[in-house]
Amino acid sequence: MPSLPGVGYSEEINKIEIQLESLKGRKDSTGLAWKTVQLARRQDRPLALDYIKHTFPDFAELHGDRLRGDDPAIVGGMATFDGRTIMIVGQQKGHDLKERQFRNFGMPRPEGYRKVQRLALLAQKFQMPVLTLVDTPGAFPGADAEEGGQAGSISRTLQVFAGLSVPTVAVVIGEGGSGGALALALCDRVYMLENAIYSVSSPEACSAILWRDAGQAPQAAEALCLTAVDLYRLGVIDLVIPEPRMGAHKHHRATAKVVARRVEAGLREIEAVSPEERLRARRRKFLAMGMLAPADAGL
Amino acid sequence: MNEQVTVQITSKEPAAPEGPPETLGPRCSECHAPVTAEQLEAALSVCPHCGHHFPLNAAVRVAQLADPGTWREVAGDLQPSDPLDFYDSRAYVDRLAEAQLETGLSEAMLTGLCRLGGRRVALGVMDFRFLGGSMGSVVGERFCQLVGAAIDEAVPLVVVTASGGARMQEGILSLMQMAKTVVALDMLADHSLPFISVLTHPTTGGVLASFATLADVMLAEPGALLLFAGPRVIEQTTREKLPPGFGRSESSLAHGQIDLVVQRRDLKRQVAQLLALLEGGVRCDIEPVRPDPEVVSRGGGPLAQAVTRAKKLALSSRGWLFGRDQQDRDPT
Repeated sequence: MPSLPGVGYSEEINKIEIQLESLKGRKDSTGLAWKTVQLARRQDRPLALDYIKHTFPDFAELHGDRLRGDDPAIVGGMATFDGRTIMIVGQQKGHDLKERQFRNFGMPRPEGYRKVQRLALLAQKFQMPVLTLVDTPGAFPGADAEEGGQAGSISRTLQVFAGLSVPTVAVVIGEGGSGGALALALCDRVYMLENAIYSVSSPEACSAILWRDAGQAPQAAEALCLTAVDLYRLGVIDLVIPEPRMGAHKHHRATAKVVARRVEAGLREIEAVSPEERLRARRRKFLAMGMLAPADAGL
Repeated sequence: MNEQVTVQITSKEPAAPEGPPETLGPRCSECHAPVTAEQLEAALSVCPHCGHHFPLNAAVRVAQLADPGTWREVAGDLQPSDPLDFYDSRAYVDRLAEAQLETGLSEAMLTGLCRLGGRRVALGVMDFRFLGGSMGSVVGERFCQLVGAAIDEAVPLVVVTASGGARMQEGILSLMQMAKTVVALDMLADHSLPFISVLTHPTTGGVLASFATLADVMLAEPGALLLFAGPRVIEQTTREKLPPGFGRSESSLAHGQIDLVVQRRDLKRQVAQLLALLEGGVRCDIEPVRPDPEVVSRGGGPLAQAVTRAKKLALSSRGWLFGRDQQDRDPT
């Protein structure tokens, strides 16, 4: 890990070497990260409701936040899975323009996050594991959403998931965009499909802010380390789920099957420990996130 | 837990040379009324003419809130790293080094234990000058160690925020700090310790969408921009010009998102009072008061007095509601 540059040539040389390395790295794989972004955003990729259709034949959808409305960007409900009922909550983008408009392109509003909280607490009450399917460009950045408390609705969703005693698994199936995605991913296990992305900001926004030019999105995508393999390497996700040849969009049913198998195995693993230990382990996992300068390795 | 570093910050810390230069000319940048740096400093960096609250750097904020000589830094030795080897138009390590040189801080948040109005607290203060007050691994870790210190010492938590959100240069690890701080607050709640957040201009993105909005009581300084997304992004989405005051403290108060808008000169007293009330719920040393019907009917008992007081309050609050604007409703 590079230390902060100070005075002296060796520091300077080190810095230039680091820049050179990162430039070299970029040239090699810029295409790859950007290609993954485009794959993750494909309209014909399996979406939350496709996984639900192929995996949970008795899915019973539940609606509404009991306060204001029902957000179509969030779908949720109960279904039988591996011998017991589980709660499934996901973001739904839509396959065609009409559905995408109806679903607000998978960008939830505060009422959507409140629906997520309600369903998670319902799951807790009846001791059902929770599966979340993450696929959103981000929480909706509209004036009504802001005035309805978008930020607080996300933080309170995180708080609910941090405190659940039931097993929780998140699968990033497409686009994991910023805090709006994280709200559904504070889980015991976080899995990611091979061609999914998960990032602090969209490459476009990052490029606009740091490069002051939205056209640098492919470079930003590379710099952000947002592919499943990058995230696994950084210790942020627990598993990369491989997609069928040519990508998930070519084989919805087969992809859903692979995901279901992994979720089944994951849930069995988490259910094997006591609720108290589960909660402790989840806290440990997220408290360990981040990277400090090496001087603090002893902490 | 880390080694704790003692830093003395006197209340005479000069506010003037630290702030952004455009705010410190001979005129207020908001109302253009003439104001000297000394006047501004004496008024806690609030324009004496228009009441505009200028940003404060973290050290000055600590000096304004902590009782003199009581500040003891927590987790101050944590240093940032460059986990992604991030390079945009410049290298992240260069941006970090520059921010450290310019601010004299090692990161965007100062954390420590101190007394506030005589009351022991764990205090965190963000500094917007350090890479936009963005939350990366060090800010997240300092926040968590501050929560740990609050739990160890059984003291409440007070955090003053000023942040553009998650730090982009640490990528997904910055996003994870949102989850991390929320988990830490869950542990604070296990110990029933109060948490007050003070939102200052601006508090947006990942900081607002994590620990800042999970406080038991949320205060904001007047005119602070409090939004999940930036105003530009919202305007692009809605394709409409946002009304003036959109997303500001006063609007957040009106929409039920925060508890109070507090003038800077009242902030310390207000925080101390709220902490006293939050911690005053449990009394074991005094016998419960039983209303004596006779005394109540004569109008002299404590219950009757309370009822009279409540009626008076109801009357005066009607005046507040209809006669004045939001800011005047803050008890001063």
